[in-house]
Amino acid sequence: MSAAPQPVVTAARSDPYAPKGLALTLESTGAILLALLWVLPLAYAVWAAIHPAEYTTRFVLTAPLTLDNFTRAWAAAPFARYFLNTFILVTMILAFQLVLGTLAAYALARQDFWGRDIAFALILAQLMIMPDALIVENYRTLARLDLIDTIPAIALPYIASAFGIFLLRQTFKTVPKELDDAARVEGASPLQVLMKVYVPLAKPTYVAYGLVSVSYHWNNFLWPLLVTNSVESRPLTVGLQVFSSSDQGIDWAVICAATLMTSAPLLIGFLLFQRQFVQSFMRAGIK
Amino acid sequence: MDRRDVLSGAAALAGSLALPGLARSQAATEVSFFYPVAVGGPITKLIDTYAADFEKENPAIKLKPIYAGTYQETIVKALTAHKSGTPPVTSVLLSTDMFTLIDEDAIVPFDSFVKTEDDKKWLASFFPAFMENSQTGGKTWGIPFQRSTVVLYWNKELFKEAGLDPEKPPTSWAEQLEFAQKLTKKDASGNVTQWGIQIPSSGFPYWLFQGLSTQAGAILANAAGNTTNYADPAVVEALQYWVDLAQKHKVHPPGIVEWGTTPKDFFEKKVAMMWTTTGNLTNVRSNAKFPFGVAMLPAGKRRGSPTGGGNFYLSKKATPAQQEAAFKFIRWITTPERAAQWGIDTGYVAVSPAAYETAAMKTYAAGFPPALVARDQLPHAVAELSTHENQRVTKALNDGLQAALTGTKTPQKALEDAQAEAERILKPYR
Amino acid sequence: MNSRATATVHGWLLLLPAMACLALFTHWPAVASLIESFYSTAKARRPARFVGLDNYEQLLADPIFWKAMSNNLWFALGTIPTSIALALLMAVWVNDKIVGRTWVRMAFFTPTILPMIAVANIWLFFFTPQYGLLEQIVGLFGGRSTNWLGSQDTALAAITVVAIWKEAGFFMIFYLAALQALPPSLGEAAAIEGASRWTYFRRIQFPLLMPTTLFVLINAVINAFRMVDHIFVMTRGGPDNATTLLLFYIYQVGFSFWDTAYAATLTCVLLALLALVAFVQYGILERRTHYR
Repeated sequence: MSAAPQPVVTAARSDPYAPKGLALTLESTGAILLALLWVLPLAYAVWAAIHPAEYTTRFVLTAPLTLDNFTRAWAAAPFARYFLNTFILVTMILAFQLVLGTLAAYALARQDFWGRDIAFALILAQLMIMPDALIVENYRTLARLDLIDTIPAIALPYIASAFGIFLLRQTFKTVPKELDDAARVEGASPLQVLMKVYVPLAKPTYVAYGLVSVSYHWNNFLWPLLVTNSVESRPLTVGLQVFSSSDQGIDWAVICAATLMTSAPLLIGFLLFQRQFVQSFMRAGIK
Repeated sequence: MDRRDVLSGAAALAGSLALPGLARSQAATEVSFFYPVAVGGPITKLIDTYAADFEKENPAIKLKPIYAGTYQETIVKALTAHKSGTPPVTSVLLSTDMFTLIDEDAIVPFDSFVKTEDDKKWLASFFPAFMENSQTGGKTWGIPFQRSTVVLYWNKELFKEAGLDPEKPPTSWAEQLEFAQKLTKKDASGNVTQWGIQIPSSGFPYWLFQGLSTQAGAILANAAGNTTNYADPAVVEALQYWVDLAQKHKVHPPGIVEWGTTPKDFFEKKVAMMWTTTGNLTNVRSNAKFPFGVAMLPAGKRRGSPTGGGNFYLSKKATPAQQEAAFKFIRWITTPERAAQWGIDTGYVAVSPAAYETAAMKTYAAGFPPALVARDQLPHAVAELSTHENQRVTKALNDGLQAALTGTKTPQKALEDAQAEAERILKPYR
Repeated sequence: MNSRATATVHGWLLLLPAMACLALFTHWPAVASLIESFYSTAKARRPARFVGLDNYEQLLADPIFWKAMSNNLWFALGTIPTSIALALLMAVWVNDKIVGRTWVRMAFFTPTILPMIAVANIWLFFFTPQYGLLEQIVGLFGGRSTNWLGSQDTALAAITVVAIWKEAGFFMIFYLAALQALPPSLGEAAAIEGASRWTYFRRIQFPLLMPTTLFVLINAVINAFRMVDHIFVMTRGGPDNATTLLLFYIYQVGFSFWDTAYAATLTCVLLALLALVAFVQYGILERRTHYR
């Protein structure tokens, strides 16, 4: 995989293959229809959340609006606590991933040493042998460490991220050697070179990776389900599942309200920053 | 509320990051307990209120109720907590988990805590049907708390429309079929707009099925929990009846009927009669915008229904002081007055006959007679299916039932396969 | 020589935190699963004993295991090509200056942000017979009522659809970034040569997108084994194991039945599968990828 040369200049040259006229209309229609289809579940969630329970299956446009479902959802489970747990969890994971990843990527990208390729292969193994496949054994390990039902327990299997190391290594490899040499000439130690030269230049990668990591771990379910038992460590996804699996039957109005509440931070974040989101992916040269 | 959460969150974070072990030691005897919320919403508040009331009367005990999800999730959590060293002192778990918990050496019997005459009377005061899943080997391992049976709900309005007497529910299998046939409506293109009856079959169909099999005169497993009877002719007959409702008579939706959406189907008038737990009573009462009735399940050769719901269990790993404290709480919460109140608030069956004699319950039942149906069915109720390796053995039956209901196996074959699988699992236990 | 030795020390020191974590939570559990698959499950009254290949025999004779494998295979075949193709299509569309482009891009990406466990409840409504959204739409066109989640023929297809919906938008972003990084000169040169749009795409754009495709493919394969959250809500593995995927079965065996040895055995099979796929991808596909 290769890196992006420079940020793309807003084209003053037009793409000869860009559709125009009828082709553009057709494409736009297709895309909009597909987009409507794609956003349908979210749209339904909004509908169900703001109307009383009788209207969850009936799409009467004049149905009364209500915020009751949100208040009921908020009162029915300790969502404030779940939010806090999730926030701590994703921050913890990202922080460790970035630190561990940066150090490892730097070593793999720029240091030439014995066993480097073996180490890289071992790390890449995690790309396929993901923590999700190892729930049984990881659970045992954490039980032995007496960490079950804590937030670090959820985080630990994920903090060494092969994906992150891989990306950062890529990015570090594109840093011009001259900058590295210049810094060394000025007497910087390897770590200082890392902090002063490599890290700033890899900012787009950090942003892109951070966004991927946060949204992944905000929404992770199976492992937190196994590892947490109580409200103090439970993240939003598990809380939502516990909350909505009542034997009494599904109350879509309240579940949709809870869903919107728990996804709101990510949704709003994406709405506000989607351009930067895509751009950072581009600049990170993830290809 | 928010700030307190944030502060307690920060404190818990510090605790959880730094010294996980330390956070668990307390001054007063702390009794943590897992409880499933099978009836949603305000139950958490109710439990918290009970806990507060108990702590007022017993200041040396600190209760810590932990809301753990569905029954399936709660047993997983209780066992994972037990295996990793620090289980809750007591939990409300399915009565059928008794053998699993004994095999995992996770619980202690209540008998050693029953000392005084009063205690003995209390232990004997529960409905016998509920004790069937709570006792084995001459010992009492669980105390009934939130128990239920399967009942039939019917839409009186739809009955009237179909020309049936709205006050008379079906009392036999034949009547159930006949009524369902009258109640099934189709539209112009042949799609059914209203089903006569539906019996949920997702997740844990064995529970609903036990109604049918008991009514056919069969018992699905022995009291020692090491032999199953899935392929008995009466059991096959019961399954055939269910399958025929859907495939032959077309009065029941085809394929698997989702448990979670069945009440909604009922409210939406997509079905006229439904089988579901008595625990849904309050839910149906609040959400059904039409007059409805609750009845005992119709009789086959006899009336019958499984019991269901949860018992209190005592953890073996808790200290004797904690166990005593938990026992006190369990004793306290199952007194007739509180059992009655719990039944009224949730729709569960109050666990002792004495509870039905309390003033509160009598007033409630006078204003809402359906509340008594589940109790009246108790003489016909049998123990819920429960064996060693319960999850696995019931899964064998669940799979077989779902295979028959989706038409991929005949009832005979499905049940034979299920029995073979159950045999394989239970053989080491004999 | 000396600087290589220093570099080695430095290198390994830098690698140490990451490697330690990986060793503890990836390499060691993989090995431990293998070891444990040769023992029986420890019960309270019976400690674990060495049983050789017994667990594997049980595995081969287990119809639910084979069903889970077959389901997973179909699930993979359903999700991987479809979500990649859709992602590519979406990226091409968004890259072209279509009407409402920003909004469309956002719409495609929202499924990624929503937790699967939450949207599964919404999809449950969509698939509910009689009054679910799909039923209402099908009814408008006069179609027949279907119990999507409740019949063995359609349940797996239903959960496949949910998975495709969830991941296509995520892959789109990668393709979008790659498309926007392609030099405009390529398009101009192809236009001068008189190539049709389709030829341009097939002969120039797509091969240059191979690194992205490879990357996306890896993710799609991993997801085909990883995405089981919606099963918890929608079907719980039913009807009669029609939607049981391998990881879901591992969860059931390990944490519902508590048969940890058998769960370890199943895990080994899953790991072997993943390793096989990795080998195929890196070995074969890597060679056909064009790097600049």
